[in-house]
Amino acid sequence: MEAISLIVRSIFVDNMIFAYFLGMCSFLAVSKNVKTALGLGIAVTFVLSLTVPINYMLENYVLKAGALEWLGEQFAEVDLSVFSLLIFIAVIASFTQLVEMVIERFSPSLYSSLGIFLPLIAVNCSILGGSLFMQQREFADVGIATAYGFGSGIGWLLAIVGMAAVREKLEYSNVPKPLKGLGITFILTGLMALGFMSFAGINI
Amino acid sequence: MALSNKTKAVLLGPLNKNNPIIVQVLGICSALAVTSKLEPALVMAIAVTIVTAFSNVIISMLRNTIPNRIRIIVQLVVVATLVTLVSEVLKAFAYDVNKQLSVFVGLIVTNCILMGRLEAFALGNGPWPSFLDGIGNGLGYGWILVVIGFVRELLGSGTLLGYPIIPKSFYEAGYQNNGLMMLAPMALLLIGVIIWIHRSQNKELQETA
Repeated sequence: MEAISLIVRSIFVDNMIFAYFLGMCSFLAVSKNVKTALGLGIAVTFVLSLTVPINYMLENYVLKAGALEWLGEQFAEVDLSVFSLLIFIAVIASFTQLVEMVIERFSPSLYSSLGIFLPLIAVNCSILGGSLFMQQREFADVGIATAYGFGSGIGWLLAIVGMAAVREKLEYSNVPKPLKGLGITFILTGLMALGFMSFAGINI
Repeated sequence: MALSNKTKAVLLGPLNKNNPIIVQVLGICSALAVTSKLEPALVMAIAVTIVTAFSNVIISMLRNTIPNRIRIIVQLVVVATLVTLVSEVLKAFAYDVNKQLSVFVGLIVTNCILMGRLEAFALGNGPWPSFLDGIGNGLGYGWILVVIGFVRELLGSGTLLGYPIIPKSFYEAGYQNNGLMMLAPMALLLIGVIIWIHRSQNKELQETA
């Protein structure tokens, strides 16, 4: 139950894009049409719901102060949290590379449709952001952490697909010249974020 | 030392015509959430400038030895190391600001400015121009952040760097702080407006599509 509520919260209330502005660069660059936006969204959800639990395990069994206790008494004092950033990003980067190779090997058609977006995921702020928020919020167990990763991914997917849909329609409207393209996209994102703030009150 | 024209372009270009935020669209991710007050915006700007400059130098020195296939991991490790250093320094000397910035210090790692500049510039140029490019882009990123932080703090809470600016008599006459400015979406709207102004000045940047 807690997991479901967390998923809903991370999709609507703590939306990665509209509440924290994470993953903005690829959000703005890839939201020109719905199909590619959907592809990237799925890839991000996939990577996010796998790297968050992996980093959760690392955080709790290796990095946190006293986390190495299972190795023996003499390790109980060790605190490796300084390295958490390095480890997290290394996990994410190697994981994206791995996913890329696996998809290329087993599903060339999916690979060619995702193509350039896969390596981009490594530097998508929402992925690292997910891991860092996980570290900050100290989730109770790995299931909750997975739920959080999955929910954040879905939230990101929802945002980018919605944005792409709006931008496809925007082609036909008469936007002031200097505002065309990037400018209006920012303002639209702002308005969508305002809309999403109305979810802030819900409790599940 | 007089700067040659090329060096000048490398250093000053990112401040205006080639600005990382409003033209190259890099580094929006961590930029917006820290600008509700001026102080964290300033700290963030300085931190990003330092990290960009030094990671540019390091990667530029290593550029001939890094195998192409694993360069992204190498770049990320270099950047993550620098960011860890910056974050430890912040924790030691500016604990409050560090608390305010929370995860966004760590997120400098995935700030697209860093990867973008490393890929686009440092991999093909020597250490000294790369250093200038890093400084230039850091400053170009910084001034946008500071402008947004300035507007949001002034209109949102009537203070600058924590000092009250709007005189008391205004409040007595019925003036109220604009609470909307403190909300996250306003940062996006402000950037949109900055882009609007900037592009009506620089017509060649306008998009036709």
